[in-house]
Amino acid sequence: MAPIPTERDLRLDLFRGIALWLIFLDHIPSNAVSWITIRNYGFSDATEIFVFISGYTAAFVYGRAMNEHGFMVASARVLKRAWQIYVAHVFLFVIYLAEISYVASSFNNPLYSEEMGVLDFLKNPDITILQALLLKFKPVNMDVLPLYIALLLWFPPMLWLLMRTPSLALATSALFYALTWWFDWSIAAYPNGTWVFNPFAWQLLFVFGAWCALGGAQRLSRWTNSRVVIGLAFAYIVFAFGIAMTWYFPRLGVFVPKFVGDAIYPIDKTNLDVLRIVHFLSLAVITVWFVPRDWHALKWPVFRPAIVTGQHSLEIFCLGVFLAFAAHFLFTEVSNSLLMQIIVSLIGIVIMVGVASLISWYRRAERQRPGPRPPTIKPGYAGGDA
Amino acid sequence: MMGRFLLTLALLALAGPAWAEEPAECRAAAQFIERDFALPQVNRAIIAKQLGILVVGAGSSSLPGPNGIKNAYPQRLQRALSEMLPGVTVTVTTDVKAKRTAAEMVKSLVPALAAAKPALVVWQTGTVDAMRSTDIDQFKVALDRGINIAHSAGADVVLINAQYSPRTDSLIALGTYNENMRWVALQQEVPLFDRFSIMKLWADTGIFDLYVTTKKLDTAEHVHDCIGRLLADLVVESAKPEEPRVEGGR
Repeated sequence: MAPIPTERDLRLDLFRGIALWLIFLDHIPSNAVSWITIRNYGFSDATEIFVFISGYTAAFVYGRAMNEHGFMVASARVLKRAWQIYVAHVFLFVIYLAEISYVASSFNNPLYSEEMGVLDFLKNPDITILQALLLKFKPVNMDVLPLYIALLLWFPPMLWLLMRTPSLALATSALFYALTWWFDWSIAAYPNGTWVFNPFAWQLLFVFGAWCALGGAQRLSRWTNSRVVIGLAFAYIVFAFGIAMTWYFPRLGVFVPKFVGDAIYPIDKTNLDVLRIVHFLSLAVITVWFVPRDWHALKWPVFRPAIVTGQHSLEIFCLGVFLAFAAHFLFTEVSNSLLMQIIVSLIGIVIMVGVASLISWYRRAERQRPGPRPPTIKPGYAGGDA
Repeated sequence: MMGRFLLTLALLALAGPAWAEEPAECRAAAQFIERDFALPQVNRAIIAKQLGILVVGAGSSSLPGPNGIKNAYPQRLQRALSEMLPGVTVTVTTDVKAKRTAAEMVKSLVPALAAAKPALVVWQTGTVDAMRSTDIDQFKVALDRGINIAHSAGADVVLINAQYSPRTDSLIALGTYNENMRWVALQQEVPLFDRFSIMKLWADTGIFDLYVTTKKLDTAEHVHDCIGRLLADLVVESAKPEEPRVEGGR
């Protein structure tokens, strides 16, 4: 049995909190503030951070449950979590429908007669809503929660294996990833195409996060502390930055040799391109090097908002999706000036932090209350969710 | 926003008559015009004083209404090119039908090329593919096939990507399709007219209000006019590969 670390690593909450903010900013269409998010400066984006840390914390929370209460109880908890996420996704879909129905009834512009056709799906609510409940019809930016559900459904057997022979579990996951690329495995979407995030590919990052949580990170520390690895990681980040600049300044494209372009493009987000994984790993190596686990500054108040955001990932993720809809609505109906975009982005993050603090406060209050305690909340989880 | 627009106008008025023939609001997006790839067939056609262009596109290459054809960007392109190339007969023919994916446009490309025998194919695509979430590999294959067909018929190609449409921005995931168009354009060494970025700049700087809900055509016609003019700039500048391509530190 692999040992499960007892004290929560605050870095996980910190970076998941930041990832949640970045996902929020990226999800607001036409938002100038999203220029600051990492997807503009390299291959990977906040989704990788979110999935990796979610795998890490899932192993942390459900690994304990599996140690203490056995496979069945832990699996039941994982499935309960998947159900909660499903309900949250359907709730968000309803909000989305409300927004879209409004847009459809008020929007008219001869310049966009073609684009307005995208609202045609509202004419067939019978099919659309059913396909949404089956997780096949997923509006833009509502792909992460279905991915999360699929990852959790796959997680109990993986966790079981991870806690016995971690290397074999990781190898199985990598094999699945490779087979997915080889055989083009995917999940069909409605009305066309496939899931935007292919769970068969993205499970690798989730399982890798779990593997790191269950002792893998210690085993890797010999490598991640090596100057050569840090140097390579840094070089790769610089390379990715250079390539990313050619997306915004096409003239720089002439400096990219053809063979490099042929080798790297297209960078496949759906199937979690190897270039994206390596970029995420490089960022992780550099981050771990700069921010050690026991770094005293992690307790500083400046990091508190991000940490508290990261501790309630599901609630805050959903809130972020909702706030992104609301922000777009404001841009459309009120103003889309740059100042408005900055203000709306900032207010959104403040709301995310505020709600997360409220949830933390409520959980603490519940724990301190005399009488029977809620059964699932234990101090060891430090308020964090899987 | 209006202030910025007026400022741009004032600056351009100071810049003198060199700018006079092109409205300032169009010029504001001129930095997005790429000149990295040559158009040798167009060059030859200009020398021969006969420039035929075929515009292949979907719904966003046309405008509704009785004057739709006259005011949509293909005819504006013809007018702008005729002004820029005195003595050259410029003919623009169109194969434009709404709701067509790249693959569907490729199907009618061979007969359209045979009928028009153009020196240049201007190919607007991507919107309908994104709306229907066409498989991205199939989209890429269709782009490559279309470009190859045009090249083997002796025509140069310019690609036009999707429009920037702020109200439907949260509904149509254009990102991957725009990225793949850029990549195919680079690989095939054909110019890409980045309509998306140009229109986004117009919206961000307040030159055109693209959020507005209206039945009137004036903004739409103005946008198409600018697209036609900028497209003409791209065609003329790309057709002269002997001139220095990168100027200044832009």
